[in-house]
Formats: sequence, C-alpha cells, structure tokens
Amino acid sequence: MKKNNYKAWLYLLPAILFLGIFMVYPLVDVLVYSFEEGYNSASQTFFGTGLYNYSYVLHDPYFLQAVKNTFLIVVITVPLSTAFALLISLALNSIEKLRDFFQTVYFLPYVTNTLAVGLVFMILFKKTPYSDGMINLLINLFGGESVDFIDGPYWAKMFVMCFYTIWVVLPFKILILTSALASVNKEYYSAAKIDATPKWRVFTKITLPMISPMIFYLVITGFIGAFKAYSDEVALFGTNLNAAGMNTIVGYVYDMLYGNSGGFPSYASAAALILFVIVLTITCINLMVSKKTVYY
Amino acid sequence: MTREKTGKILIYAFLIIWALMVLFPFYWMILTSVKGYGAYNSEYIPKFFTLDPTLKNYADAFTAVPLAKYFANTVIFTLVTTAAMLVVIIPAAFAFSRLDFPGKNLLFTAFLALMMIPNELVIITNFQTITNAGLRNTFTGLILPSVTSVFYIYLLKENFEQIPENLYKAAKVDGTSDFRYLTKVMMPICRPTIITVTILKVIECWNSYVWPRLITDDEAYFLVSNGIQEIRENGFGRENIPAMMAAVVVISVPLIILFLIFHKKIMEGVSRGGTKG
Amino acid sequence: MKVVLKNLTKRFPGRRKKEPDVIAVNNFDFEIPDGKLVGLLGPSGCGKSTALNLICGLETPTEGRIFFGEEDVTDLPPEKRGVGLVFQNYALYPHLTVRQNIRFPLENLRGSEKLSKEEMDAKVEEAAGIVQISRLLDRKPSEMSGGQQQRVAIARALVKVPRILLLDEPLSNLDARLRLQTREEIRRIQSETGITTVFVTHDQEEAMSICDMIVVMKEGIFQQLGAPQEVYENPANLFVAKFLGNPQINTFEAEISSGKLVIAGEPVLNADHISDGKVFAAIRPEGFIVDPSGPMHCELKRIEVMGRDTSVISSSSASLDENIRSIVSEDISSISGASSVAFSLKPEKVHIFDHDTEERIPCALS
Repeated sequence: MKKNNYKAWLYLLPAILFLGIFMVYPLVDVLVYSFEEGYNSASQTFFGTGLYNYSYVLHDPYFLQAVKNTFLIVVITVPLSTAFALLISLALNSIEKLRDFFQTVYFLPYVTNTLAVGLVFMILFKKTPYSDGMINLLINLFGGESVDFIDGPYWAKMFVMCFYTIWVVLPFKILILTSALASVNKEYYSAAKIDATPKWRVFTKITLPMISPMIFYLVITGFIGAFKAYSDEVALFGTNLNAAGMNTIVGYVYDMLYGNSGGFPSYASAAALILFVIVLTITCINLMVSKKTVYY
Repeated sequence: MTREKTGKILIYAFLIIWALMVLFPFYWMILTSVKGYGAYNSEYIPKFFTLDPTLKNYADAFTAVPLAKYFANTVIFTLVTTAAMLVVIIPAAFAFSRLDFPGKNLLFTAFLALMMIPNELVIITNFQTITNAGLRNTFTGLILPSVTSVFYIYLLKENFEQIPENLYKAAKVDGTSDFRYLTKVMMPICRPTIITVTILKVIECWNSYVWPRLITDDEAYFLVSNGIQEIRENGFGRENIPAMMAAVVVISVPLIILFLIFHKKIMEGVSRGGTKG
Repeated sequence: MKVVLKNLTKRFPGRRKKEPDVIAVNNFDFEIPDGKLVGLLGPSGCGKSTALNLICGLETPTEGRIFFGEEDVTDLPPEKRGVGLVFQNYALYPHLTVRQNIRFPLENLRGSEKLSKEEMDAKVEEAAGIVQISRLLDRKPSEMSGGQQQRVAIARALVKVPRILLLDEPLSNLDARLRLQTREEIRRIQSETGITTVFVTHDQEEAMSICDMIVVMKEGIFQQLGAPQEVYENPANLFVAKFLGNPQINTFEAEISSGKLVIAGEPVLNADHISDGKVFAAIRPEGFIVDPSGPMHCELKRIEVMGRDTSVISSSSASLDENIRSIVSEDISSISGASSVAFSLKPEKVHIFDHDTEERIPCALS
C-alpha cells in the first residue's frame, strides 16, 4: 500500500510541478503584483501597497477605450454568432446529401492561423492608394461610397472586427449545435408528426428545449471567449492597437506588460484581475439565467 | 414545383453561400499569392483570377524574410511542446484514473478548479518568471509554460476510466507492472483520444501567438504567427501584398493538410469538449 | 495444490463514517482439496467474489491466513502466487489478438523466468489447444462469440500453468445454450489439467452439475462444504436446504410430539431420537407420494404437466410458502378435479431444523 502511494505521486509529479510553477504560483503572484504600488521591473522594488494600480487602470483612457471595444465586441458577436450558427446548423440538419462536406468546409477556419487569415481579411477590407479593395468594390457595385475599414472611421473598424470575430468563432458553434441537433431522439419528431404538430411548434417546443443546454454552453463560452478577444484584433489592425483605437482589455494587459508602453506588471495585473472579475460575474449571471430556463 | 422543393433549394443556396464566405478568404489568399507584384498593384479593380500565375512570390517569401527559419522554429516548438505534454499528462491521467492514494479526490478537485483560470491571469507572472530566469529568446522559455493542460488530463482521465476495472485486475494477476499496463494496455486502447489530444495540441501550438510574442523579440526565435506579424509590419516593404500572401499560404498549409487528413478526428475531439482559446 | 483458509476475514469500512463496517468474508476456516473443481456458491452479494479476490491476492485480508499447500501466501502479491483468474466479462485486452492476449502474461516474466520467443509460442499453442481455439489465434476478441472469448480468457489464465485456477462467474454472460456447453468444457479442462479450480457462481445448478465439491456461503458466512449430492441430501441448515434444489424445497411450521413429526395437526412421520417442541420441516418436491390413504392432507390448487414431470400444486395452513410444489411420478387421475389431495412422504427427503437456530436436527424419520 505504502509503495503504491509513492508511485502515484511519482506519476503526478511532472504535472504538479508544471501546474505549480506556471499556474498556481502565478495566480497568487498576480494578486500580489496588483497591490504593489510603483513596482519597478528592473530593480524589482516597490514603494507601497494599496489600490493605486486599480485606480490608475480605471482612469486610463486607453483602458476605458479597451473596455468599450471589448463590450461592443461581446454584445454584438455573441448573440449574432450563436443565432447564425443555429440557423446554419438547422439548415445542415435538414439536408442529407453533402452534409459532411458542408460541415467539413465550415469547420476549416477553426484550424487556420487567425493571424494569417486576418491578414487576408485586412487586404479584402483595406482601402489603399492603389485599390479600394474587394469589399469596397462590392459596395460601389451597389452604389455605396468606399470606406477604409482598417484605418477609417470607428464604426467601420468595429464592423470588420465583429465580422472577422464571427467568422472565426462560427466553426466551433456550428459543430457543437449540429451534433446537439443530431443527438435529439428522432422519436420525438415522429411523435410530433403523428400529432400533426406545425413546424414552428416542433422547433420551439421540441428542438429548442432539447438543445438549450448546448446553446447556453455556447453562450457562456462565447462570452468568456469574446471578453478575451485579442489576437483577431492584432491580425486586422496590427500590434499597436491603442493607436488604432481598437484595443481590448487583454490587449491592454499585454501592452502594459511588454512592448512600447510596457514594463508595468502591476498595472497589467490589476487590469487582468478586473477582466477576471467581469468575466466571472457575467458567467455567474449566465449560469443563474440558464438554471431558470434550460430544460434538461 | 412543390413548396418542399423550393424550401430545399433555398436551404442549399444558403449553405452554399456560407460555404463560399468561408472559402473565399482562402481562395483570395492563394490567388493573390500567385499574382505578380506589378500586376497586383496595377489592378485598381481586383481581378478574381489571374492568367499569368507566378511562383516568384514564394521565392521572395523565403528569401526576403526568414520564413524558413520561422517555419522550422514553429515545427520544433510544436513537436517538443506536444511530446512534453504527452509525457506529463498521460502519467497524471493514469494516476487519477487507476491508482489509489490519499488526497486523490482533493487533488483532482484542485486540478479541475485550475481549468477555470484564464491564461491572461497567469501569463503576467510567467512572463516575469521566464524573464528573470534569463530564458527570453530560448526554446525552453517558449515551451515550458505551454506544456501542461489540465483540460487534456481531464479528458484522458475520463477515457482511461472507461476501461473496465477487470482488465487491470487481470493484468495484476498476470504480474503486469503499472507502467507496463499503462503502455501496453491503456494507451493502445485509448489511442483515439490520445491522437485527438495530440492533434488539438498541435493546432494550438502552431497558432499560438500571445506567449511567443511576449517572450521573443529576436527574429531567430520567432514562430510563424509572430513572423507573419513581423512581415506585415516590417517585411517586404509594406506594400508587397502578393509576397505576404505567399507567406500566409506557406504557414497555413501544414494545418490545412492535417485537417484534411484528420478532419473526422479533429471535429470529434473538439465537439467532445474543445474550446477555442 | 490444496488451498487452506484459516480464520480468513475481510471487512470493508462503511460507506459513511457512522455506518458499520461491511463484513464481506467472515472467519472462513476450511480447506479446498488438491486437484478438485470446487464451486463457491451463494446468492449475489454474499461475498464469494471477495473470497476469490482474497485467494488470488487482489484484496488483502483483514485477518487470517491463506495457504497454498504448506506455503503461506497471505502477504504475496497476486503475480507471485501463481494463480490464473478468469472474469465474468472475460477481461480480454480488446486491442490485442487472441495470440497476443494469451502471450501477455508470459511477456511479464523477467529474469531467470524469462522465456524465448519460441518457448512463448509453444506455450501459447499448447494453452490454445487445451481450450480448442487454435484456429482462432489471429482474431481480435470483438470478432468472437462470448463462449469463444471465455475460452480465450481461460487459455490466458492457463498459459503460465497456475497452481490454482480461479473462475469468477465465468458463465453468467453467456446465453443458456452456450452456458451448458461451456460448463462441460470447464469440467473437461479441469479434469485434463488436474489444476485445483475454484469456481464462483450464484447458480446452484451450475455448481451442482460440474463441481467435485461445493462451498455454500451466505452474507459472508461459511455454511457448508461437501460433494454436491451430499450437501443436497444432508443440508446443514435451512438456508442451504432452501438454496439448493430446483424447484425449491417446501418448508413447514411443524412440531415434534411424542415421537411423531406433526404438520398442521397431522402426524406425518415417526421421529426418533429427538425431543418434543416446535421445529421447521422441509420436504423436497420429490419427497411426496400421492396416496389417498396418506397422512398429510393439503388443498389441491392445480396440476402442472411439463414433459416428463408432473407437478402437484397444493397448499396447507402450515406451509411457509404460498404453494406446496411436489413432483410426482404416480398416476394422478384419482385426484384430478378434486379439491384436496393426500400425500405420504419419503422420509429421506424430509429434513428437520431447529426453530431458533435453523440448524438441522439429526434424527431418524420413518
């Protein structure tokens, strides 16, 4: 028995070591950082403890801009992408021929490097002296004015941003919803057919309740993912997101840590913790709402 | 034409349109990458095809910027990280699923709790740790914090537990050591899950951007994501878009090939609990 | 190799803190003779699998010792005991072929015991030959029937030539026809190899049909050990009497009164060497004879004729069961349509048990 004990710990040792050094310790440390005022990376000294870091971050216009951007991305992309994924999944579920093909195609963006494909989106949307770009060409075709989506007005940048985010997150949501739809017991539909239940009623009274746990799962993970938006922004607008006015909270954290304006791990920690609290709150609200509405 | 038929046609039309939306950026990327520099810049109205494809951009991508170096770095980073991860998580999952020791449930709960912790929260300290250890711009610094994944330990443990306990008893009676049981029985039986986890980790490594960006500023250690960003901001002169696209194609191809071979496994693995990011 | 259990006890802690310990095996003290096929028999949850696990070393006893022959194996791990174990659900490695499955235990041998490839192959062929699956060696378990899989499991247990072969409910997962076949097979293999074999089952028919000896247990407590027929004819207590035999033995509230066994007020048999008082009487279904002048009167409920058996179903106020089931061979035309039936009894099929302890009271019935 004793021998077995020590062997079990041996098997776990690497995992515990790695998690201890790179997850547990940092978790404690980030709290400590966030309360250390005037921390200096080079000399590793600080001159006081308190809430100054939080206050600084909350008064930083860049941070406020980042919060605004992040919330806009969350509020726009989460409902839109979930609804659109549901629509596509329903369409996929109603066909038989080519279903696998479409599913595979739709999943493709999941495996591609978002930085790389982001560049393609940038080219498609960008207006340069040489060319107005693909998208503006389409807009012109319908009689619209060319807009620079990458360096132009805020709403245009926010539009590409959300469009690209949705393009990136859809594969996962479509996959989850199609498998949820496929796993609904066919007998319910047969029963409904015998009762001559109208189609929309079948959808709202059978399909939707049956897949509601998965929808809520997607909404919750969607919120969490969208709040952590960062690399998609970099892909479209470059690393200097503050200059583009398109920074996100996570981007702000990294900028504070490293880069042209970096070297302030205390501010970064405070911002990261603020983000964590926001995400935690929203997730808890989500869970409470889902407890009330999800049928199991 | 019946109503049903019209409905079917509309559904297919909708699905095809979205499929085109998904595929179009890939088409555009390949198309642009084979357009000549001059030809591309003279198209005020972009053309949807080219009659004069060229591979010169690919040559440029490999000569004007160290794309091959980025590529090799990413391959090394991905292989080593994935291998190290397997070495760490398989024994851990085995211990949780098969061995009995005091404090097992408590420890496992603690592991699960760690799944809730966002990367953003711990990356700050990790950045400091690696910097202070003088591991910036080294593979060690790149790899170490990416090795473990609580989620994959969890996934594997669940799978290991589905193997009937009697198999373990039978093996014990036959005098099989725990280690031999793990390697000769559990791992072969759970091979599908191990492959899935491996592929998901490879994708994650290949696409990782944030950590490499923080920890490397020497081009010699850039991964493809950082390389692409570097190319975008400083390489080729900003306007050589065809060469940029050639680079994008080059770094996207490995994963797309992987996906085409393993798409069933990848999609199955992701739907069993993968999340993006 | 005989197996000796000395005061063997296994306690499991209660599931919650305040619950009492569960005693799965309570003070086992008996000997399994060398070279015999022994059935460990009892209803589900009586601790027979725990007993098996103790013998093979997967569980360590709370108290007591286990000997194989003269050797104390209590503290040896399973692999050092030289046992072969076969499970109810076969526990074959699904990713290995039959050949690889059977060879697996041999590959574990290290040091001086290590075998060459040729030796392993020879041993695999030999074990496969014993269970008659030589043709199937390159199949995967999933490509075989349950019966074939069970043979592979037995071959895997035999390949190291164990001192003791342990079978844990080996027939439960098979359908009725295969079960009959496979149990004959187990009997044959045991006879051919001569390995002491312990066979756990809850099915008394299985145990009775092939075992040289059976051990009956109930709720962790040893009840009786003996040859199947001997146990059937001389059950040690009411539980054993009821557990063995199909249809079940009929039980009655009864009384011994001045040398007579009295059931429902009727003296049915002479009983000598026994003091007066309340007892339980148990009568095997085959112990009844339809006899218009018989001493025992019951209400006739119905007659069932199934193939060669004729069952008379009746009832009596003294019966502890709803029905009295008797299997008779005489002509029963005399009672068809009647509302009552009279029986005389075969004394050797009637057993008397103490009313408090339910232990059998030896006595001479006539």
